[in-house]
Amino acid sequence: MDFPILLTILLAPLVASLIIMFIPKDENILIKSIAAVGMFVALALSLYAYFAYNKDIGGLQFVFGHELPWIKDLGVTFFLAVDGISLPMLLLTNLIGFSAIFASWNVNNRPKEFFVLLLMLIAGVMGTFIAHDLFIFLLFYEVVVIPIYVLVIIWGSSKRVTKEYAGMKLTMYLLIGSGFLLVGVIALFVKTAAIAGHPDMSFTGMAMAAQQLGEFDQIWLFALMLFGFGSLISMWPFHSWSPDGYAGAPTAVSMIHAGVLKKIGGYGLIKIAVYMLPLGASFFAPYMAVLGVIGVAYAAMGAMAQKDLKYVVGYSSVSHMGYVILAVACLNVIGINGAVANMFAHGVMAALFFSMIGFIYEKTHTRWIPDMGGLARQTPRLAVGFMLAAMASLGLPGLVSFIPEFTIFIASFEVYGGVAVIGIAGIIITALYVLRAGANTLFGPPRPEYDHLEDIKGPEMVPLVVLGTVLVVGGCLPSLLFDMINSGVVPLHAAISDALQLGGKF
Amino acid sequence: MYVEFALQHAWLVPLLPALAFVAIVFLTRPWKMLSAILAVGSMALSCVIATLAAYGIFTNPEYAEKPLVYATRWFSLGMPGMPALQIDVGVQLDPVSAMMMVMVSFISTFIFLYSIGYMDGEDGFSVFFSYLSLFGASMLLLVISSNLLQMFVAWELVGLCSYLLIGFYTHKISAREAAKKAFVTCRVADFGLLLGILSLQIVFGTLNLTELSERIAHFEEFTTFGILTMIAVLVFIGPIGKSGQFPLHVWLPDAMEGPTPVSALIHAATMVVAGVYLVGRTMFLFHEVESAMQLVAVTGAFTALFAATCALTQREIKKILAYSTVSQLGYMMLALGVGSLTASMFHMWTHAFFKALMFLGAGSVLVALHHKADVWEMGGLVKKMPITAWTFVIGGLAIAGIPPFAGFWSKDEILAATFAEGHYVLFAMAAFTAFLTAFYMWRMIFLAFFGKENPDNHPKESPWTMTVPLLVLAIGAIGAGWLGTPWGNVWAEWIYFGHPHHADPNFIVMGLSVVLAVAGIGLAYSMYLKDTEKVKAKAMAEQYSTAYRVLVNKYYIDELYLWFNHALVDGAAKIFYLFDIYIVDGIVNGIGAFAKVSGEGMRVFQTGRLQNYVLIFFIGVLVVAVLMAFVGPSNAVPVIGGVK
Repeated sequence: MDFPILLTILLAPLVASLIIMFIPKDENILIKSIAAVGMFVALALSLYAYFAYNKDIGGLQFVFGHELPWIKDLGVTFFLAVDGISLPMLLLTNLIGFSAIFASWNVNNRPKEFFVLLLMLIAGVMGTFIAHDLFIFLLFYEVVVIPIYVLVIIWGSSKRVTKEYAGMKLTMYLLIGSGFLLVGVIALFVKTAAIAGHPDMSFTGMAMAAQQLGEFDQIWLFALMLFGFGSLISMWPFHSWSPDGYAGAPTAVSMIHAGVLKKIGGYGLIKIAVYMLPLGASFFAPYMAVLGVIGVAYAAMGAMAQKDLKYVVGYSSVSHMGYVILAVACLNVIGINGAVANMFAHGVMAALFFSMIGFIYEKTHTRWIPDMGGLARQTPRLAVGFMLAAMASLGLPGLVSFIPEFTIFIASFEVYGGVAVIGIAGIIITALYVLRAGANTLFGPPRPEYDHLEDIKGPEMVPLVVLGTVLVVGGCLPSLLFDMINSGVVPLHAAISDALQLGGKF
Repeated sequence: MYVEFALQHAWLVPLLPALAFVAIVFLTRPWKMLSAILAVGSMALSCVIATLAAYGIFTNPEYAEKPLVYATRWFSLGMPGMPALQIDVGVQLDPVSAMMMVMVSFISTFIFLYSIGYMDGEDGFSVFFSYLSLFGASMLLLVISSNLLQMFVAWELVGLCSYLLIGFYTHKISAREAAKKAFVTCRVADFGLLLGILSLQIVFGTLNLTELSERIAHFEEFTTFGILTMIAVLVFIGPIGKSGQFPLHVWLPDAMEGPTPVSALIHAATMVVAGVYLVGRTMFLFHEVESAMQLVAVTGAFTALFAATCALTQREIKKILAYSTVSQLGYMMLALGVGSLTASMFHMWTHAFFKALMFLGAGSVLVALHHKADVWEMGGLVKKMPITAWTFVIGGLAIAGIPPFAGFWSKDEILAATFAEGHYVLFAMAAFTAFLTAFYMWRMIFLAFFGKENPDNHPKESPWTMTVPLLVLAIGAIGAGWLGTPWGNVWAEWIYFGHPHHADPNFIVMGLSVVLAVAGIGLAYSMYLKDTEKVKAKAMAEQYSTAYRVLVNKYYIDELYLWFNHALVDGAAKIFYLFDIYIVDGIVNGIGAFAKVSGEGMRVFQTGRLQNYVLIFFIGVLVVAVLMAFVGPSNAVPVIGGVK
């Protein structure tokens, strides 16, 4: 048997958190170092997997445990595998997870518990992306919920809303979403087991049977999943947890949540809902497109009205996820490619944004934009990171988010025409609010009360270096990202278009 | 051999300054002089390669018909072999791009050199040179692009660099706001351009310029005329923003907030001419759509006239120059609109020399006067700063259109082409603009360099790094136009769209334009030099005070946009936000509250007292017993399950 690389990636943060549990709680540096080492191992291995994956062959690779029965009667196996869609998400999780450790370098309130929970959270998110079994996928998804809640209500911050409210809202949304999802999955399981004649929870096995379901079944099953995944990816109007939640959460949680956790919604939408229920998807596609476009424009306008930096980025992430939903709704190769790539791009950029805002907050003790100004003079490196994220947010070419947005625009303009144009107009509003936030925070006359501020240095530089590098490299060489994603999207799209043809669509 | 190397490696032209950017940012930032040398050196080397490549292009007539193109895949989506979307990056060399490449790298080299003197002792010296390098690199990338998306990438990067450089003095609120304004204004325009590019890709399935030109030539196989018209108009919106055409010209005068070399770079070589170049590059599209061409021509002519009137009353030396740029760009658009790529590119070429010259001259004055920018507070500078003054005069003669200076030939080419195409109204507008141009330019020159000296000023001539570029550019401002005289029009033989064509020399038009230019200068002389107390000028300002105020305030267009932005956009944003926290969140919280209230209700039964539970249990048993008694045990099964 080959080296179980996916299992090792999954276990690295868990082992690290296990070790931390046995370390005295005031060994501050040691705790953080172990967390960093654990995440470094996971990151290095996932980078290796990313470049070792054979894109010409495609399909599932680094397969682990598909013969390892977990619950035999339900056909559950501990099936881990990645393809061209999940591998970028895995890499993203590790890039952000690694950076999040360093963004939390100054956490000195109960560091032991904080890093244990953070590592568990990261492992949970990773698990959802490498699981190739629907049951295992759901299991990891639920694993994520608990650390999130605790992290927010203990280490969070209260501003417009209290951190308790924010944590509760975030958790409730995750739970309600997953409740509907669970109903959908159980119904799907019952129906597919009947079609296939034996229980099978693996994505491929389930999809083969599910694609044969009648249109009516597919539609109501898809509706359940759309609600579940939609509220996870903050699809309008199920988005309101997002700005409040991010504002209340500590930096690392905002990074992971906005960066990868909400991408589970988009990932599930593509790899579970659309893939297994193509007829349902094609029924709901126009509605999704409209909701996506509303999300883009509405949240961008919402971001314009914000004065708290975290709320700006919070609304902005809702807006960017609107593009993902719009792209999925196109149901074609270009659109789905764009959706996955945009999730990756937005993840990197949002994580960088939140880490920079976290540092600003730590140093100035405020996130209120009118209380700031001229920070570029006092903390130039911080300003560079902030502006990089801002520029990526407005889709500047040369940074990673431009080409994904471009592909989404192409796909949606072709399929939805005028509706898509409203979404594309989001680039103007985004430029307005992002540049305004940047200008009022970083530029203008420096304030004397911030003269003593220290610029980010040492471990604090890690998020900027890691995420900034990805922003630039991914922007200049989009094929690094797209060749991978495309290798996963092409077969997926072929499967759904076959199913649609059989079902009389297309 | 060198020529062949340069032709095959033209991608080095943008790459070298880009590498300089990277090197300065990561390596040489602490060593100022090294950074500057790196920036200037890489641009000079690019200029050498560009010149060699241009030599290769211009000595080989076949490139005029069939451009030299080499490209590589940037990314592609869909099945290998038959991609759903493929975007290439590459190089397209033909006379137009070769000319631009030389022009941009040449002018940039001297502006960079000049910056060493100008920025001496400023904070962020190295950073400034890194931005300059990136700016040059982006523009050169735009120039040699073989693909529209690649062009768009460079286009946006040029926008980014102008943002960074306009806002270079980060501590100044005015600089910060000007930078933001430039970016957002261009963004609005880029939205249109982006839609145009998307449509081209969707309709024609490619964004490579050569393929597009072939397919658009018989567009009927792909789409309707109406769609094509829409595409052309959308594409044109981009240049309206980038090249400061009415009504998106507002950012350009504010862009003066950056250091002066940046203004020179933006106005002469890199930023604003990108729009004109883009239209020139996509002539194959506009050529098919007569109405789009007319839109371009009318926009250009109107902008030329409009900006010239704005320039009449400005007081700041750089603002006057800025409006003159807007006006001259209008000329270039007009030329494109009447179908003369030749004239448009010719004017762009000569304009680059004399406008860079004048901006650098203005910078030299500003340094000498410690950034006092009001021309009314200058005067008599010619005595203390002869090189700056006389080179500035050469620039003034060139832009006014006095033969044999460069601007005369190119402006005449535009006027002649407009006239020959029968656009008499546009011709009249352009001719009147020529008169205004001569007037306001020479108003500035007389006020600043001649007449009485202002005793508060103690100017002295600038160092050689600043005067040498002035002298070199002055040579260009004199001679750059000789490529296109009526007695040997080399220019028109090379730079054209479709087939070589240009309006025959029209000596009546030529004579008229000279008369207008001389009249403009003469009027400026009588009002601002001969009349030492400026009695006439003041009287006019008072007599026409309403018009004067409108002009000073630039037709209140900025105020209109500000109102739109603050009242409407921000107002709408507020409404959206309130809707979000009260309606959307209200519903969410309402559901939460409902759950809580119903939980409170249910709690009545959850008392925790054993007696209550026993009571309920007993009632249950009683109900079962009664049921069984009345309906009989066997019939009760469906109701109470398996209880017997």
